[in-house]
Amino acid sequence: MIEATLPALQTGIAVNGVTQYFPGPHGPLRALADVSFAVRPGEFCALIGPSGCGKTTLLNILAGLLEPTAGTVSIPRAERGRLATAVVFQGVSTLPWMTARHNVEYGLRLMGVPAPIRRRRALDHLRQVGLEAFADVYPSQLSEGMRQRVSIARALATDPDVLLLDEPFANLDEQNRLLLQDDLLSLWQQTRKTVLFVTHSLDEAVRLADRVLVMSASPGRIKSEVLVPLERPRDFERVRQVPTYGRLIAQLWEELRDEVMRARQDAS
Amino acid sequence: MRSSRWLAILSPLGLLLIWEALNWAGVLDGRFVPPPSVILRTLVIMTRTGELPRHVLISVQRIVLGFLLGAVPAVGLGVVMGLNRTVRALLMPIVAAIYPIPKIAIYPLVIFYLGLGEASKVSIVAVSIFFLVLLNTMAGVLGLDRAYFSIAKAFGASPRDIFLTVAFPGALPAIFTGLKLGMGFALIVIVGAELLGSEAGIGFLIWRAYQIFAIDVMFVGLLVTAVLGWAATVGLDWVEHRLLPWRS
Repeated sequence: MIEATLPALQTGIAVNGVTQYFPGPHGPLRALADVSFAVRPGEFCALIGPSGCGKTTLLNILAGLLEPTAGTVSIPRAERGRLATAVVFQGVSTLPWMTARHNVEYGLRLMGVPAPIRRRRALDHLRQVGLEAFADVYPSQLSEGMRQRVSIARALATDPDVLLLDEPFANLDEQNRLLLQDDLLSLWQQTRKTVLFVTHSLDEAVRLADRVLVMSASPGRIKSEVLVPLERPRDFERVRQVPTYGRLIAQLWEELRDEVMRARQDAS
Repeated sequence: MRSSRWLAILSPLGLLLIWEALNWAGVLDGRFVPPPSVILRTLVIMTRTGELPRHVLISVQRIVLGFLLGAVPAVGLGVVMGLNRTVRALLMPIVAAIYPIPKIAIYPLVIFYLGLGEASKVSIVAVSIFFLVLLNTMAGVLGLDRAYFSIAKAFGASPRDIFLTVAFPGALPAIFTGLKLGMGFALIVIVGAELLGSEAGIGFLIWRAYQIFAIDVMFVGLLVTAVLGWAATVGLDWVEHRLLPWRS
Protein backbone atom coordinates (compact mmCIF):
# COMPACT_ATOMS: atom_id res chain seq x y z
CA MET A 1 0.00 0.00 0.00
CA ILE A 2 1.16 3.53 -0.76
CA GLU A 3 1.18 5.80 2.24
CA ALA A 4 0.19 9.41 1.82
CA THR A 5 3.70 10.79 1.62
CA LEU A 6 2.75 14.45 1.69
CA PRO A 7 1.03 16.64 4.25
CA ALA A 8 -2.23 18.25 3.14
CA LEU A 9 -0.93 20.94 0.82
CA GLN A 10 -3.12 23.70 -0.42
CA THR A 11 -3.02 22.90 -4.10
CA GLY A 12 -2.45 19.17 -3.96
CA ILE A 13 -4.62 16.21 -3.11
CA ALA A 14 -4.19 13.97 -0.09
CA VAL A 15 -6.41 10.94 0.47
CA ASN A 16 -6.13 9.03 3.74
CA GLY A 17 -7.75 5.70 4.48
CA VAL A 18 -10.85 6.36 2.40
CA THR A 19 -13.35 3.50 2.61
CA GLN A 20 -16.72 3.46 0.93
CA TYR A 21 -19.64 1.13 1.49
CA PHE A 22 -22.79 1.02 -0.61
CA PRO A 23 -26.02 -0.68 0.46
CA GLY A 24 -26.42 -3.99 -1.41
CA PRO A 25 -28.98 -6.80 -1.57
CA HIS A 26 -26.93 -9.01 0.81
CA GLY A 27 -25.65 -6.35 3.17
CA PRO A 28 -23.28 -3.46 2.51
CA LEU A 29 -20.90 -3.73 -0.45
CA ARG A 30 -17.39 -2.41 -0.04
CA ALA A 31 -16.49 -0.25 -3.06
CA LEU A 32 -13.27 1.27 -1.74
CA ALA A 33 -10.98 -0.28 0.87
CA ASP A 34 -8.61 1.99 2.76
CA VAL A 35 -7.47 4.09 -0.20
CA SER A 36 -4.51 6.38 0.49
CA PHE A 37 -2.44 8.44 -1.90
CA ALA A 38 -1.29 11.98 -2.55
CA VAL A 39 -0.92 14.12 -5.65
CA ARG A 40 1.72 16.85 -5.53
CA PRO A 41 0.82 20.41 -6.55
CA GLY A 42 1.30 20.74 -10.30
CA GLU A 43 1.60 17.01 -10.81
CA PHE A 44 -0.20 15.15 -13.58
CA CYS A 45 -1.30 11.90 -11.99
CA ALA A 46 -3.23 9.12 -13.70
CA LEU A 47 -5.42 6.58 -11.92
CA ILE A 48 -5.92 3.28 -13.67
CA GLY A 49 -7.80 0.13 -12.74
CA PRO A 50 -10.14 -2.60 -14.00
CA SER A 51 -13.71 -1.55 -14.70
CA GLY A 52 -15.91 -1.57 -11.61
CA CYS A 53 -12.98 -1.07 -9.24
CA GLY A 54 -14.37 2.14 -7.78
CA LYS A 55 -12.44 4.72 -9.81
CA THR A 56 -15.52 6.83 -10.41
CA THR A 57 -16.62 6.45 -6.79
CA LEU A 58 -13.25 7.77 -5.67
CA LEU A 59 -13.52 10.69 -8.08
CA ASN A 60 -17.03 11.52 -6.87
CA ILE A 61 -15.68 11.63 -3.32
CA LEU A 62 -12.89 13.97 -4.40
CA ALA A 63 -15.40 16.15 -6.27
CA GLY A 64 -17.45 16.47 -3.09
CA LEU A 65 -20.46 14.65 -4.58
CA LEU A 66 -20.17 11.77 -2.13
CA GLU A 67 -19.27 11.61 1.56
CA PRO A 68 -16.88 8.69 2.23
CA THR A 69 -17.94 6.12 4.84
CA ALA A 70 -14.53 6.46 6.49
CA GLY A 71 -11.25 8.26 5.92
CA THR A 72 -10.31 11.81 5.08
CA VAL A 73 -9.75 13.77 1.88
CA SER A 74 -7.75 16.95 1.65
CA ILE A 75 -8.39 18.89 -1.53
CA PRO A 76 -8.69 22.64 -2.19
CA ARG A 77 -12.27 23.81 -1.69
CA ALA A 78 -14.03 26.75 -3.28
CA GLU A 79 -13.26 30.30 -2.27
CA ARG A 80 -14.64 33.60 -3.53
CA GLY A 81 -14.43 34.00 -7.30
CA ARG A 82 -12.55 30.77 -7.78
CA LEU A 83 -13.55 27.17 -7.93
CA ALA A 84 -10.68 25.29 -6.31
CA THR A 85 -11.47 21.90 -7.82
CA ALA A 86 -13.11 21.44 -11.21
CA VAL A 87 -14.37 18.20 -12.75
CA VAL A 88 -14.60 16.91 -16.31
CA PHE A 89 -17.08 14.04 -16.47
CA GLN A 90 -17.25 11.11 -18.85
CA GLY A 91 -20.11 10.64 -21.28
CA VAL A 92 -22.81 13.27 -20.77
CA SER A 93 -20.69 16.22 -19.71
CA THR A 94 -22.51 19.25 -21.11
CA LEU A 95 -25.94 20.69 -20.36
CA PRO A 96 -27.90 20.34 -23.63
CA TRP A 97 -30.09 23.42 -23.04
CA MET A 98 -27.11 25.76 -22.92
CA THR A 99 -24.95 26.91 -25.83
CA ALA A 100 -21.26 26.03 -25.80
CA ARG A 101 -20.48 29.47 -24.39
CA HIS A 102 -23.13 29.22 -21.66
CA ASN A 103 -21.82 25.78 -20.77
CA VAL A 104 -18.32 27.21 -20.35
CA GLU A 105 -19.75 30.13 -18.36
CA TYR A 106 -21.72 27.80 -16.11
CA GLY A 107 -19.18 27.44 -13.30
CA LEU A 108 -18.48 31.18 -13.36
CA ARG A 109 -22.20 31.96 -13.29
CA LEU A 110 -22.67 29.80 -10.18
CA MET A 111 -19.79 31.67 -8.55
CA GLY A 112 -21.55 34.97 -9.22
CA VAL A 113 -19.04 36.36 -11.73
CA PRO A 114 -20.65 39.34 -13.55
CA ALA A 115 -21.98 38.57 -17.04
CA PRO A 116 -19.54 40.66 -19.16
CA ILE A 117 -16.50 39.20 -17.39
CA ARG A 118 -17.64 35.59 -17.58
CA ARG A 119 -18.56 36.06 -21.23
CA ARG A 120 -15.04 37.22 -22.03
CA ARG A 121 -13.46 34.44 -20.01
CA ALA A 122 -15.68 31.85 -21.67
CA LEU A 123 -14.74 33.05 -25.14
CA ASP A 124 -11.04 32.98 -24.19
CA HIS A 125 -11.30 29.39 -23.05
CA LEU A 126 -13.36 28.36 -26.07
CA ARG A 127 -10.58 29.80 -28.23
CA GLN A 128 -8.00 27.76 -26.31
CA VAL A 129 -9.81 24.55 -27.20
CA GLY A 130 -10.41 25.71 -30.78
CA LEU A 131 -14.18 26.18 -30.50
CA GLU A 132 -14.55 29.97 -30.68
CA ALA A 133 -16.61 29.67 -33.87
CA PHE A 134 -19.04 27.33 -32.09
CA ALA A 135 -19.74 29.60 -29.10
CA ASP A 136 -23.46 29.93 -29.86
CA VAL A 137 -24.05 26.34 -30.93
CA TYR A 138 -25.94 23.85 -28.77
CA PRO A 139 -24.26 20.57 -27.68
CA SER A 140 -26.64 18.49 -29.82
CA GLN A 141 -25.05 20.07 -32.89
CA LEU A 142 -21.49 19.33 -31.72
CA SER A 143 -19.56 16.11 -32.04
CA GLU A 144 -18.68 14.05 -28.95
CA GLY A 145 -15.08 15.31 -29.11
CA MET A 146 -16.22 18.93 -29.31
CA ARG A 147 -18.51 18.42 -26.33
CA GLN A 148 -15.60 17.09 -24.28
CA ARG A 149 -13.56 20.14 -25.29
CA VAL A 150 -16.41 22.38 -24.08
CA SER A 151 -16.38 20.44 -20.83
CA ILE A 152 -12.61 20.91 -20.43
CA ALA A 153 -12.96 24.62 -21.22
CA ARG A 154 -15.69 24.90 -18.58
CA ALA A 155 -13.44 23.32 -15.98
CA LEU A 156 -10.45 25.53 -16.85
CA ALA A 157 -12.54 28.72 -17.04
CA THR A 158 -13.09 28.54 -13.29
CA ASP A 159 -9.29 28.69 -12.83
CA PRO A 160 -9.12 25.74 -10.43
CA ASP A 161 -6.06 24.52 -8.54
CA VAL A 162 -7.06 20.93 -9.14
CA LEU A 163 -8.54 19.34 -12.23
CA LEU A 164 -10.31 15.99 -11.87
CA LEU A 165 -10.98 14.13 -15.11
CA ASP A 166 -13.11 10.98 -15.21
CA GLU A 167 -12.33 9.04 -18.40
CA PRO A 168 -13.06 12.16 -20.43
CA PHE A 169 -12.03 10.61 -23.75
CA ALA A 170 -13.54 7.15 -23.24
CA ASN A 171 -16.29 7.63 -25.83
CA LEU A 172 -14.05 9.06 -28.54
CA ASP A 173 -12.55 7.36 -31.54
CA GLU A 174 -8.79 6.79 -31.58
CA GLN A 175 -7.87 9.76 -33.80
CA ASN A 176 -9.93 12.25 -31.82
CA ARG A 177 -8.60 10.85 -28.59
CA LEU A 178 -5.01 11.50 -29.71
CA LEU A 179 -5.87 15.06 -30.70
CA LEU A 180 -7.63 15.79 -27.42
CA GLN A 181 -4.79 14.28 -25.42
CA ASP A 182 -2.44 16.69 -27.20
CA ASP A 183 -4.76 19.61 -26.46
CA LEU A 184 -4.98 18.65 -22.81
CA LEU A 185 -1.21 18.28 -22.49
CA SER A 186 -0.50 21.68 -24.01
CA LEU A 187 -3.14 23.32 -21.79
CA TRP A 188 -1.61 21.64 -18.76
CA GLN A 189 1.88 22.69 -19.88
CA GLN A 190 0.70 26.33 -19.78
CA THR A 191 -1.27 26.23 -16.54
CA ARG A 192 0.40 23.47 -14.49
CA LYS A 193 -2.74 22.58 -12.60
CA THR A 194 -2.73 19.59 -10.32
CA VAL A 195 -4.39 16.86 -12.37
CA LEU A 196 -5.94 13.54 -11.43
CA PHE A 197 -6.86 11.70 -14.61
CA VAL A 198 -8.97 8.55 -14.28
CA THR A 199 -8.69 6.19 -17.23
CA HIS A 200 -8.79 2.53 -18.18
CA SER A 201 -6.32 3.00 -21.04
CA LEU A 202 -2.70 2.01 -20.27
CA ASP A 203 -1.49 3.95 -23.25
CA GLU A 204 -3.34 7.11 -22.26
CA ALA A 205 -2.02 6.94 -18.69
CA VAL A 206 1.62 6.61 -19.81
CA ARG A 207 1.30 9.28 -22.46
CA LEU A 208 -0.14 11.93 -20.19
CA ALA A 209 0.96 11.39 -16.63
CA ASP A 210 4.02 11.91 -14.44
CA ARG A 211 2.90 9.03 -12.28
CA VAL A 212 0.33 6.28 -12.65
CA LEU A 213 -1.58 4.89 -9.67
CA VAL A 214 -2.83 1.33 -10.18
CA MET A 215 -6.04 0.30 -8.46
CA SER A 216 -6.98 -3.26 -7.56
CA ALA A 217 -10.21 -5.01 -8.51
CA SER A 218 -13.24 -4.35 -6.32
CA PRO A 219 -13.09 -3.42 -3.48
CA GLY A 220 -10.69 -0.86 -4.87
CA ARG A 221 -7.47 0.10 -3.16
CA ILE A 222 -4.21 1.53 -4.47
CA LYS A 223 -2.12 -1.48 -5.48
CA SER A 224 1.04 0.21 -6.70
CA GLU A 225 2.38 3.23 -8.50
CA VAL A 226 4.49 3.54 -11.63
CA LEU A 227 6.62 6.60 -12.31
CA VAL A 228 6.72 7.85 -15.90
CA PRO A 229 10.17 9.36 -16.51
CA LEU A 230 9.38 10.62 -20.02
CA GLU A 231 10.53 14.14 -20.82
CA ARG A 232 8.17 17.05 -21.30
CA PRO A 233 6.75 18.59 -23.39
CA ARG A 234 5.77 15.24 -24.79
CA ASP A 235 5.44 14.59 -28.47
CA PHE A 236 3.42 11.50 -29.29
CA GLU A 237 5.54 10.68 -32.35
CA ARG A 238 8.71 10.66 -30.30
CA VAL A 239 7.32 9.15 -27.13
CA ARG A 240 6.10 6.13 -29.04
CA GLN A 241 9.62 5.32 -30.24
CA VAL A 242 11.30 5.61 -26.86
CA PRO A 243 11.97 2.09 -25.45
CA THR A 244 10.87 3.30 -22.01
CA TYR A 245 7.34 3.80 -23.38
CA GLY A 246 6.85 0.15 -24.29
CA ARG A 247 8.50 -1.01 -21.10
CA LEU A 248 6.18 1.17 -18.98
CA ILE A 249 3.07 -0.13 -20.68
CA ALA A 250 4.28 -3.71 -20.19
CA GLN A 251 5.00 -2.97 -16.53
CA LEU A 252 1.55 -1.43 -16.02
CA TRP A 253 -0.12 -4.38 -17.70
CA GLU A 254 1.85 -6.69 -15.44
CA GLU A 255 0.43 -4.86 -12.42
CA LEU A 256 -3.05 -4.75 -13.81
CA ARG A 257 -3.50 -8.17 -15.40
CA ASP A 258 -4.19 -10.10 -12.18
CA GLU A 259 -6.71 -7.46 -11.13
CA VAL A 260 -8.53 -7.60 -14.46
CA MET A 261 -8.68 -11.41 -14.18
CA ARG A 262 -10.02 -11.10 -10.65
CA ALA A 263 -12.64 -8.56 -11.73
CA ARG A 264 -13.66 -10.99 -14.47
CA GLN A 265 -14.10 -13.86 -12.03
CA ASP A 266 -16.13 -11.68 -9.67
CA ALA A 267 -18.40 -10.70 -12.52
CA SER A 268 -19.17 -14.27 -13.58
CA MET B 1 -43.92 15.71 -48.01
CA ARG B 2 -45.57 18.04 -50.48
CA SER B 3 -48.18 15.52 -51.61
CA SER B 4 -49.08 14.64 -48.01
CA ARG B 5 -49.69 18.33 -47.31
CA TRP B 6 -52.08 18.47 -50.26
CA LEU B 7 -53.86 15.37 -49.04
CA ALA B 8 -54.29 16.99 -45.63
CA ILE B 9 -56.20 19.85 -47.27
CA LEU B 10 -58.05 17.66 -49.72
CA SER B 11 -59.58 15.20 -47.27
CA PRO B 12 -61.62 17.68 -45.16
CA LEU B 13 -62.53 19.64 -48.29
CA GLY B 14 -63.76 16.45 -49.93
CA LEU B 15 -65.81 15.57 -46.87
CA LEU B 16 -67.48 19.01 -46.92
CA LEU B 17 -68.26 18.63 -50.64
CA ILE B 18 -69.87 15.22 -50.11
CA TRP B 19 -71.84 16.66 -47.19
CA GLU B 20 -73.06 19.57 -49.33
CA ALA B 21 -73.96 17.19 -52.16
CA LEU B 22 -75.95 14.94 -49.84
CA ASN B 23 -77.99 17.98 -48.76
CA TRP B 24 -78.58 18.93 -52.41
CA ALA B 25 -79.61 15.41 -53.27
CA GLY B 26 -82.08 15.42 -50.41
CA VAL B 27 -80.43 12.56 -48.54
CA LEU B 28 -79.77 14.89 -45.56
CA ASP B 29 -82.65 17.07 -44.33
CA GLY B 30 -81.44 20.69 -44.10
CA ARG B 31 -83.65 21.29 -41.07
CA PHE B 32 -81.74 18.74 -39.03
CA VAL B 33 -78.33 18.75 -40.72
CA PRO B 34 -77.72 22.10 -42.40
CA PRO B 35 -75.26 22.03 -45.36
CA PRO B 36 -71.78 23.54 -44.92
CA SER B 37 -72.74 26.53 -47.07
CA VAL B 38 -75.51 27.50 -44.65
CA ILE B 39 -73.25 27.00 -41.61
CA LEU B 40 -70.63 29.20 -43.24
CA ARG B 41 -73.20 31.91 -43.96
CA THR B 42 -74.41 31.85 -40.36
CA LEU B 43 -70.79 32.11 -39.22
CA VAL B 44 -70.22 35.19 -41.39
CA ILE B 45 -73.42 36.87 -40.19
CA MET B 46 -72.67 36.15 -36.53
CA THR B 47 -69.16 37.50 -36.96
CA ARG B 48 -70.48 40.71 -38.56
CA THR B 49 -72.97 41.37 -35.78
CA GLY B 50 -70.15 40.89 -33.26
CA GLU B 51 -72.07 38.18 -31.42
CA LEU B 52 -69.64 35.39 -32.21
CA PRO B 53 -66.42 37.33 -31.45
CA ARG B 54 -67.90 38.35 -28.09
CA HIS B 55 -68.60 34.77 -27.03
CA VAL B 56 -65.28 33.48 -28.36
CA LEU B 57 -63.38 36.26 -26.58
CA ILE B 58 -65.06 35.46 -23.27
CA SER B 59 -64.21 31.75 -23.57
CA VAL B 60 -60.63 32.50 -24.60
CA GLN B 61 -60.23 34.87 -21.67
CA ARG B 62 -61.42 32.19 -19.25
CA ILE B 63 -59.07 29.63 -20.75
CA VAL B 64 -56.03 31.91 -20.68
CA LEU B 65 -56.61 33.02 -17.08
CA GLY B 66 -57.34 29.47 -15.96
CA PHE B 67 -54.29 28.24 -17.81
CA LEU B 68 -51.98 30.69 -16.06
CA LEU B 69 -53.59 30.04 -12.69
CA GLY B 70 -53.22 26.26 -13.11
CA ALA B 71 -49.95 25.87 -15.02
CA VAL B 72 -47.64 28.22 -13.11
CA PRO B 73 -48.04 26.56 -9.68
CA ALA B 74 -48.16 23.13 -11.35
CA VAL B 75 -44.74 23.66 -12.94
CA GLY B 76 -43.26 24.96 -9.69
CA LEU B 77 -44.62 22.14 -7.57
CA GLY B 78 -43.89 19.55 -10.27
CA VAL B 79 -40.19 20.48 -10.35
CA VAL B 80 -40.00 20.33 -6.55
CA MET B 81 -41.70 16.93 -6.54
CA GLY B 82 -39.26 15.73 -9.19
CA LEU B 83 -36.28 16.91 -7.16
CA ASN B 84 -37.33 15.98 -3.65
CA ARG B 85 -38.15 12.41 -2.68
CA THR B 86 -39.87 13.43 0.57
CA VAL B 87 -42.21 15.96 -1.05
CA ARG B 88 -42.97 13.39 -3.75
CA ALA B 89 -43.81 10.67 -1.20
CA LEU B 90 -46.00 13.12 0.71
CA LEU B 91 -48.02 14.48 -2.21
CA MET B 92 -48.11 11.65 -4.73
CA PRO B 93 -51.01 9.71 -3.10
CA ILE B 94 -53.17 12.85 -3.07
CA VAL B 95 -52.32 13.69 -6.68
CA ALA B 96 -52.92 10.13 -7.83
CA ALA B 97 -56.33 10.13 -6.14
CA ILE B 98 -57.57 13.46 -7.52
CA TYR B 99 -56.06 13.21 -11.01
CA PRO B 100 -58.49 10.64 -12.47
CA ILE B 101 -61.66 12.47 -11.31
CA PRO B 102 -63.38 13.99 -14.37
CA LYS B 103 -62.96 17.66 -13.58
CA ILE B 104 -66.39 18.60 -14.88
CA ALA B 105 -67.78 16.46 -12.05
CA ILE B 106 -66.22 18.89 -9.58
CA TYR B 107 -67.93 21.83 -11.27
CA PRO B 108 -71.16 21.83 -9.21
CA LEU B 109 -69.03 21.93 -6.10
CA VAL B 110 -66.98 24.82 -7.54
CA ILE B 111 -70.20 26.73 -8.33
CA PHE B 112 -71.39 26.07 -4.78
CA TYR B 113 -68.22 27.65 -3.36
CA LEU B 114 -67.53 30.40 -5.88
CA GLY B 115 -70.92 31.19 -7.42
CA LEU B 116 -71.83 31.34 -11.09
CA GLY B 117 -69.46 34.18 -11.98
CA GLU B 118 -66.10 34.21 -13.75
CA ALA B 119 -64.22 32.85 -10.75
CA SER B 120 -65.84 29.43 -10.99
CA LYS B 121 -65.11 29.12 -14.73
CA VAL B 122 -61.49 30.21 -14.44
CA SER B 123 -61.02 27.90 -11.44
CA ILE B 124 -62.38 24.81 -13.17
CA VAL B 125 -59.98 25.35 -16.08
CA ALA B 126 -57.11 25.83 -13.64
CA VAL B 127 -57.98 22.66 -11.72
CA SER B 128 -58.41 20.60 -14.87
CA ILE B 129 -54.94 21.38 -16.23
CA PHE B 130 -53.11 21.59 -12.89
CA PHE B 131 -52.63 17.86 -12.35
CA LEU B 132 -51.78 17.14 -15.96
CA VAL B 133 -49.02 19.75 -16.03
CA LEU B 134 -47.86 18.75 -12.54
CA LEU B 135 -47.43 15.08 -13.44
CA ASN B 136 -45.73 15.84 -16.76
CA THR B 137 -43.33 18.28 -15.12
CA MET B 138 -42.43 15.80 -12.40
CA ALA B 139 -41.87 13.03 -14.94
CA GLY B 140 -39.70 15.42 -16.96
CA VAL B 141 -37.44 16.10 -13.98
CA LEU B 142 -37.29 12.42 -12.98
CA GLY B 143 -36.36 11.48 -16.56
CA LEU B 144 -33.31 13.74 -16.62
CA ASP B 145 -29.90 12.11 -16.78
CA ARG B 146 -28.33 12.08 -13.27
CA ALA B 147 -25.14 13.34 -14.92
CA TYR B 148 -26.65 16.84 -15.30
CA PHE B 149 -27.16 17.04 -11.54
CA SER B 150 -23.60 15.83 -10.92
CA ILE B 151 -22.23 18.56 -13.20
CA ALA B 152 -24.24 21.20 -11.37
CA LYS B 153 -23.22 19.98 -7.91
CA ALA B 154 -19.55 19.62 -8.86
CA PHE B 155 -19.58 23.28 -9.92
CA GLY B 156 -21.09 24.30 -6.61
CA ALA B 157 -24.77 24.69 -7.47
CA SER B 158 -27.16 25.52 -4.62
CA PRO B 159 -30.61 23.88 -4.54
CA ARG B 160 -31.98 27.07 -6.11
CA ASP B 161 -29.32 26.89 -8.88
CA ILE B 162 -30.25 23.27 -9.53
CA PHE B 163 -33.92 24.25 -9.84
CA LEU B 164 -33.23 27.11 -12.24
CA THR B 165 -30.35 25.77 -14.34
CA VAL B 166 -31.00 22.02 -14.49
CA ALA B 167 -34.44 20.82 -13.38
CA PHE B 168 -36.62 23.52 -14.92
CA PRO B 169 -34.91 23.92 -18.32
CA GLY B 170 -34.41 20.17 -18.55
CA ALA B 171 -38.08 19.49 -17.86
CA LEU B 172 -39.34 22.13 -20.33
CA PRO B 173 -39.98 19.64 -23.17
CA ALA B 174 -42.12 17.53 -20.83
CA ILE B 175 -43.80 20.68 -19.49
CA PHE B 176 -44.83 21.59 -23.03
CA THR B 177 -46.26 18.13 -23.56
CA GLY B 178 -48.35 18.73 -20.44
CA LEU B 179 -49.44 22.17 -21.61
CA LYS B 180 -50.53 20.86 -25.01
CA LEU B 181 -52.52 18.01 -23.47
CA GLY B 182 -53.90 20.48 -20.94
CA MET B 183 -55.08 22.82 -23.71
CA GLY B 184 -57.39 20.08 -25.01
CA PHE B 185 -58.71 19.45 -21.50
CA ALA B 186 -59.23 23.17 -20.93
CA LEU B 187 -61.42 23.43 -24.04
CA ILE B 188 -63.52 20.43 -23.08
CA VAL B 189 -64.02 21.72 -19.55
CA ILE B 190 -64.75 25.35 -20.40
CA VAL B 191 -67.33 24.54 -23.06
CA GLY B 192 -68.90 22.03 -20.67
CA ALA B 193 -68.95 24.55 -17.84
CA GLU B 194 -70.54 27.17 -20.05
CA LEU B 195 -73.27 24.72 -21.03
CA LEU B 196 -74.26 24.31 -17.38
CA GLY B 197 -74.52 27.78 -16.00
CA SER B 198 -73.43 30.82 -17.92
CA GLU B 199 -74.61 33.89 -19.82
CA ALA B 200 -71.79 34.00 -22.34
CA GLY B 201 -69.11 31.91 -24.05
CA ILE B 202 -69.04 29.27 -26.75
CA GLY B 203 -70.72 26.64 -24.59
CA PHE B 204 -73.55 29.06 -23.76
CA LEU B 205 -73.91 29.84 -27.48
CA ILE B 206 -74.36 26.16 -28.32
CA TRP B 207 -76.80 25.57 -25.44
CA ARG B 208 -78.96 28.56 -26.33
CA ALA B 209 -78.97 27.50 -30.00
CA TYR B 210 -80.27 24.10 -28.89
CA GLN B 211 -83.06 25.71 -26.89
CA ILE B 212 -84.25 27.80 -29.87
CA PHE B 213 -83.62 24.96 -32.33
CA ALA B 214 -80.95 26.90 -34.31
CA ILE B 215 -79.04 23.87 -35.57
CA ASP B 216 -76.74 25.93 -37.82
CA VAL B 217 -75.60 28.01 -34.82
CA MET B 218 -74.79 24.80 -32.93
CA PHE B 219 -72.56 23.74 -35.80
CA VAL B 220 -70.93 27.18 -35.81
CA GLY B 221 -70.14 26.72 -32.12
CA LEU B 222 -68.55 23.33 -32.78
CA LEU B 223 -66.56 24.70 -35.71
CA VAL B 224 -65.23 27.59 -33.65
CA THR B 225 -64.24 25.22 -30.83
CA ALA B 226 -62.32 23.03 -33.29
CA VAL B 227 -60.52 26.05 -34.78
CA LEU B 228 -59.66 27.33 -31.30
CA GLY B 229 -58.15 23.98 -30.34
CA TRP B 230 -56.13 23.85 -33.54
CA ALA B 231 -54.91 27.45 -33.13
CA ALA B 232 -53.88 26.79 -29.52
CA THR B 233 -51.83 23.74 -30.56
CA VAL B 234 -50.11 25.66 -33.36
CA GLY B 235 -49.46 28.55 -30.98
CA LEU B 236 -47.96 26.33 -28.30
CA ASP B 237 -45.82 24.55 -30.90
CA TRP B 238 -44.50 27.90 -32.03
CA VAL B 239 -43.68 29.03 -28.48
CA GLU B 240 -42.03 25.66 -27.77
CA HIS B 241 -39.89 25.97 -30.86
CA ARG B 242 -38.79 29.48 -29.90
CA LEU B 243 -38.16 28.59 -26.27
CA LEU B 244 -36.32 25.32 -26.87
CA PRO B 245 -33.87 25.92 -29.72
CA TRP B 246 -31.56 23.24 -28.29
CA ARG B 247 -33.95 20.42 -29.13
CA SER B 248 -33.04 20.06 -32.80
